[in-house]
Amino acid sequence: MNPTYQSLIAIVDAEHVSNRPEELYIYSFDLGTSEPHRPDYVVSPGTTEEIQEIVRLANRENIPVVPLGGGLSLAGLAVPLKGGILLDLKRMDRIIEVNEKGRYAVLECGVSQGQLTSYLERHHPHLTHSEPGAPPAATIAGNIMIHGQGDLAQPYGFNSDMVNGLEVVLPTGEICRFGSCAVGTRWFTNHPLPDMGLFLGWCGTTGIITRLSIRLLPAKRIRGIGRFVVDDEELVPEIMYKLTHTQMAEDIIAFSSAVPPFASELQHFTVNISADSEKELEMKQEIIWDDTLGEYIKKGDGAYLGFTRGLERPQISKTSDYKKGGGFEYVGSIMPVERYPECYRMGREISEKYDIPYTVTGRCIGAAHSMMFAWTYAFNRADPATIDGARNALHETDRLVMELGGVIWKPGVYGQRLIMERLDPGTRELMKKVKGLLDPKGIMNPGNWEIP
Amino acid sequence: MYELVFDKDLCLHCSTQACLTRCQYIEIDKETARKEILKIARGEDSFVLHDCATCYACEEYCTSGNHPFYLIAEKQESLGIPPVPRPLIQRAVNIGVPFRGRPEINEVNGPVLNMGAFSEYMPLIQGRLFEGLAVISTDERKMFHYFCQLMYLHYGRSSLIKERLPGIIETIAKHRPTEVVCFHDECYGAYTSYCEAYGIDVPFKPVHFYEYLYNRLLELKDMIRPVGLKVAYQRPCSSRLSPDKHVFVRRIFDLIGAESVKREFVDGNALCCAGAIEGQRREGSRKRAAEQQKRNIEDMKKAGAEICVFNCPACFQTLGGMVAGNGIKPIHMSDLCRLAINETPAGWR
Repeated sequence: MNPTYQSLIAIVDAEHVSNRPEELYIYSFDLGTSEPHRPDYVVSPGTTEEIQEIVRLANRENIPVVPLGGGLSLAGLAVPLKGGILLDLKRMDRIIEVNEKGRYAVLECGVSQGQLTSYLERHHPHLTHSEPGAPPAATIAGNIMIHGQGDLAQPYGFNSDMVNGLEVVLPTGEICRFGSCAVGTRWFTNHPLPDMGLFLGWCGTTGIITRLSIRLLPAKRIRGIGRFVVDDEELVPEIMYKLTHTQMAEDIIAFSSAVPPFASELQHFTVNISADSEKELEMKQEIIWDDTLGEYIKKGDGAYLGFTRGLERPQISKTSDYKKGGGFEYVGSIMPVERYPECYRMGREISEKYDIPYTVTGRCIGAAHSMMFAWTYAFNRADPATIDGARNALHETDRLVMELGGVIWKPGVYGQRLIMERLDPGTRELMKKVKGLLDPKGIMNPGNWEIP
Repeated sequence: MYELVFDKDLCLHCSTQACLTRCQYIEIDKETARKEILKIARGEDSFVLHDCATCYACEEYCTSGNHPFYLIAEKQESLGIPPVPRPLIQRAVNIGVPFRGRPEINEVNGPVLNMGAFSEYMPLIQGRLFEGLAVISTDERKMFHYFCQLMYLHYGRSSLIKERLPGIIETIAKHRPTEVVCFHDECYGAYTSYCEAYGIDVPFKPVHFYEYLYNRLLELKDMIRPVGLKVAYQRPCSSRLSPDKHVFVRRIFDLIGAESVKREFVDGNALCCAGAIEGQRREGSRKRAAEQQKRNIEDMKKAGAEICVFNCPACFQTLGGMVAGNGIKPIHMSDLCRLAINETPAGWR
């Protein structure tokens, strides 16, 4: 038997290691347009200690290690570009603690968004978390790793801004803790120790997050979605500015898409509003729709489309159904809100060029400090020509993001290269040093963030 | 292009001007009403064009069959006085565009039930009430090929109805129906009232959904077990286009042993669901709609209604949650009828 395979069995037991082709195949691709690459082994560890041992083994034998959460990034970030050990972390799915009064949860790295949502609904109905637009199987750790945002991004910002603490296995096998958990037993804050910032946004190239503490936020009794529409994309930035000024929304998203036809050439807003009472709800609705957006309605430039109770999750993946074949991938960007009109117009142009119905979305982050703007391209999984077309459109959009002065969000390898070409030389050198220091053998998710 | 048949003289000699004096949204005396409707008929601006809630009720109030609401909608468009903001019109125009291929046409050569643009409500078409009845427009992806378009009256876009409706009629006719039972009041109103007013040819016989249900219940009379429920009926705006069929609501309730509660807002005085008012351009529309919905539901509660019966899916969507939140169970008419013949609609407790 292969000695590496034997060693892996010795660490996690035979049930949780595989090198069978059919299982390696499943882990060789994600749902986007990236080319598949098979790992040599798939391992599903159950503890931090097992991860330590696996990483030490990989270091000794110079084997790549690719950590995987829900596998839903779409950008190929957990596709094992250079083979090696694919670490499927979903078994580590314990919700270790929910601190009701301190409003935080300590989680293992495999806890999914849906799992935490249902746990909180059942056991802590006054608490919620910022759930991204991804399917519920997406993990909390995976999402903060890519600086994800969720449906509380407007008041609270990026999900990675809500981290209270991390436990990480370094590429050389040591465990590090960050935040208050590094000096005590409680995971209530990430501040005020010296800033490390070594793990978020690095796509698992600097270590493996094994535990994290995430802030929980007040869950109001009534949550719902109000809708508004305008026909002039130039109005979107000022409307987002005005809406954020009210401090009444939980989530503000603008979108436009060719399909279904009702959304075509129009800019729809969904504004999530929550309240504990009908009185509070009406007060917020009055301020948002009547006082803040009433002027657009009166002039005939904007229209209120009503308020429905309950949240719709997820949102963005719905577009995958609008073209035969069910495939889609998007370029996300973190962009100044004022760029919305150009993002929309130029995104449409790219979509039309590749004969793909256009779909664009802008989610407001913070008080309109930025937005996550996404261009989605559908393709037919059974048709290689449409996959190529979508891939070309994605690359063209990556370039557009840089031209517009934005930053590509969770970039794939192509986008990472574009960023590195433009990266401040001092920053690039520092990243290289950090990477070299933490991962001297370059075993962690190789192919990603490889700084020349 | 199809032209509205509207006779100014009928208004000139009308003794009531009920079209406007009975309007629940505009305060107006008889003389002013006469002046304003004649101004509108001459193509002049009138405050009525700006304040119209597009509730359709004047079509019922007019005792001369002179189609005052169709006139208002026409003039709102030609004079550039849209009742709703521009993006809402564009959105509505887009909604009616079919985008998932052509419908499959099967020749029926018999009666059919047309779901129109409400294919997603197919779960309502179950059980013995619908046995043996062919159904068309059952595919949500293609339902806009069967969309009667009358919704555009709320948007001041009569031209779109005239442009698209003949094609819709042609699609339905390709199924070779002898009779078309219209799931929604609005479709029935389109093929009877609207087409008649504009001279649009309809090569099949439209049947009102309630008339069908009533006749089917008569056939199943031996199975009927009185439901013994106190019911309020949410009358949809489009039922104003076929007031002669409104009588079937009472007939059905009587037949199945449902007690229609005594309400202020009932029959001719019914309040619409306010879904169309909510998005209007006039200042305060959202609040006005909310207040009307509150008054409507309070009236149901005061009358002791246990359930609220709907026909229009849009009314159901707009008011269903609200009535439920007030302790009144919302139900579609067909499900109520199923209860009466000892069938249990999904979700009924």
